[in-house]
Amino acid sequence: MSQVLVAMSGGVDSSVAAALLKQQGHDIVGVTLKLWGGESDSGCCSVSDVEDARRVANELDIEHHVFNFGEEFDEFVVDPYVADHQAGLTPNPCVECNRHIKFAKLFRRADALGISQVATGHHARITTDATGVRRIARGADDAKDQSYVLHMLGQEELARVLLPVGDITKERVRELAGELGLRTADKPDSQDVCFIHSTGGREVFLGDRISLKPGKLVDNDGQQVGSVDSIELVTLGQRRGLNLGGDQSRRYVTAIDKQAGVVTVGPKSDLLVKTQLLSGFAWTHEPLDGSFLVQCSAHGSTREATLETTGENYVLRWSEPQPKVAAGQSVVLYKDDAVVAGASAADGDVQATVEAAS
Amino acid sequence: MVHYFDNAATTAMKQSALDAMIPLLTQTYGNPSGAHKMARDANRVLDDAREMLSNVIGCKPGDIVFTGGGTEADNLAIKGIVDLQGGLAVCSAIEHHAVLHPVEALGGKIAPVTPSGVVDLEALASLVDEEVSVVSVMAANNESGVIQPIGQIADVIAQKNPAAVFHCDAVQALCWLDIKEHCAKADLLTLSAHKFGGPKGVGALIVRDGHKIAPQLIGGSQERERRGGTQNVAGAIAMAVAAVETDAQRNEKVKQVARLRDRLVEGILSRVDNVVESGVTDGDRSHKTANICHLCFEGVESEALLFLLERKNIMGSAASSCASGAAEASHVLAAMGYSKSQAVGSLRLSLGYETTDADVDAVIDYLPIAVQQIRGANR
Repeated sequence: MSQVLVAMSGGVDSSVAAALLKQQGHDIVGVTLKLWGGESDSGCCSVSDVEDARRVANELDIEHHVFNFGEEFDEFVVDPYVADHQAGLTPNPCVECNRHIKFAKLFRRADALGISQVATGHHARITTDATGVRRIARGADDAKDQSYVLHMLGQEELARVLLPVGDITKERVRELAGELGLRTADKPDSQDVCFIHSTGGREVFLGDRISLKPGKLVDNDGQQVGSVDSIELVTLGQRRGLNLGGDQSRRYVTAIDKQAGVVTVGPKSDLLVKTQLLSGFAWTHEPLDGSFLVQCSAHGSTREATLETTGENYVLRWSEPQPKVAAGQSVVLYKDDAVVAGASAADGDVQATVEAAS
Repeated sequence: MVHYFDNAATTAMKQSALDAMIPLLTQTYGNPSGAHKMARDANRVLDDAREMLSNVIGCKPGDIVFTGGGTEADNLAIKGIVDLQGGLAVCSAIEHHAVLHPVEALGGKIAPVTPSGVVDLEALASLVDEEVSVVSVMAANNESGVIQPIGQIADVIAQKNPAAVFHCDAVQALCWLDIKEHCAKADLLTLSAHKFGGPKGVGALIVRDGHKIAPQLIGGSQERERRGGTQNVAGAIAMAVAAVETDAQRNEKVKQVARLRDRLVEGILSRVDNVVESGVTDGDRSHKTANICHLCFEGVESEALLFLLERKNIMGSAASSCASGAAEASHVLAAMGYSKSQAVGSLRLSLGYETTDADVDAVIDYLPIAVQQIRGANR
């Protein structure tokens, strides 16, 4: 069999991915990507995680290398993450890391090394239909499914990717790791954004890089009901962390005017929209018609919608009104359990856009 | 067959050094600070090691402070002077991190180097004012192989501030330079055994007569109260044996290795385009140690090149890496004025006394193919 480059983060999923590929008889090379040079505790790039990956590779008797993609990670993931917050967007750094690092830079590196295939420990499957069209499909473990963050993979990438743990549950992954005696069997799942330290959180991370500005919280009547320290950290649809007091009826962020420093809170119904404007829309293969199941956050539920294209614009029309999606979030379209397209939520008055174009 | 081209990182132990250390671990294993016969026997071996090493270095046996390696010796030199005398530390921009980081941590000053990789003597002179208590410049650089004019540097320091102590990190030098001569004017000298056929985990700081340092490890009166802790007697004797043997072989080996290195560099340069040899213009590499082939390939990432070379059993280095083992941009190349895009494609092939023509041929045959493959993928 041809060689496979296995991205090993030092976590249990990629450890088992490597083990499974080895069992299947692949000639594999383990590689850990050093991505973040700064302080972090949850990430895939600390020295102890590299050590875990290296020791798992030893246990599996496979070669292990460390590649320093720190510069590309800064350029394509960290810097845009900061800039997006500055611009009032809600970025998804894991998606950008997959898009630019794991499934682009690592592919180019594999090319340089003369290795055709790349494997990761993502919980998702790759399906191939009768005509040879490949798609990212939901992993066997619903709760751990990562198809959403892999939505950007096109035909060319999918032909080269192996996702060995997509067919099994997380529980089974841990069982296998235990059976194989891998040191990562009980290692906790990584949480949140890998380059952000849990003690300081986003506030400290962003505060070190951009100036965070306080904001006023107002209700629909313009009455001030509270305040936030950093308006850059507020996300559309947010409820927690607004300190509005327990006796308040449930209130959500329904609008953010960063320029004016004003955040409007209101009932969930204020967030509901019939349509959602998209940007950066891309089909996995050819365009499809009909209705789609749409997922708008990493572990969010799906909602039904149809797709309308007007000129340059792609617009989702929800079958039932849905909360507006924060601009910058990935919006992923599925047919059944397979990804058929991906995009980002865009800001803008959709009704006006659609009407103006038609 | 492995083609080992990482002798600047570490060397295989010489058989004589290994033979010398074994009895000290299994028979004469007494603690040299003790009173009984086994202790005295061990102490005698330590005395012998000091004597042998002092003959190679050109110092008094009592000047030698055995340490746990080169990094410790460098730290001991810089911190040992500043702790005792106060004042500022100065070093060159191309020092090993074992010198650079202590100097930076103490708020010291950094002297630039010229594009050829030699410390800028005028700039150094301007930094060595009355405030300066210690100046550190290496004998030969570990990445570029560029030899520093230690005698001239000592003169500059003596002129500007005679009270300043001159430390020279000679870790890379012993195989390629006669330290006795080249580093004669340095007050403090760092050595590391595993760079010349000795074991890892033992080194020495030479503190020439009349100079004092504050110990960094206290809690024992060993090494004349300059470094507490039971001495690594086996390591010390192996280091001394390796140094003596290296010293005896050097003249002949330098000629032999320089020929191989030149053939290696020229073989690569004639087969691959867009390559620069660090610090070299018009093919003149007379200012480099004989063992270093240090090249920067445009449009190539060291990590990929090393990976492919390893496939052919060729062990090279990018010469700078971080704690995780990932390649890191070289501060040495940056100091010499090379761009980041040049530095990411750096390759150091460091030869040793055992390197053969067959090793050189293996690289010349395969490296151009590897470079072409990587450039094709990055296009």
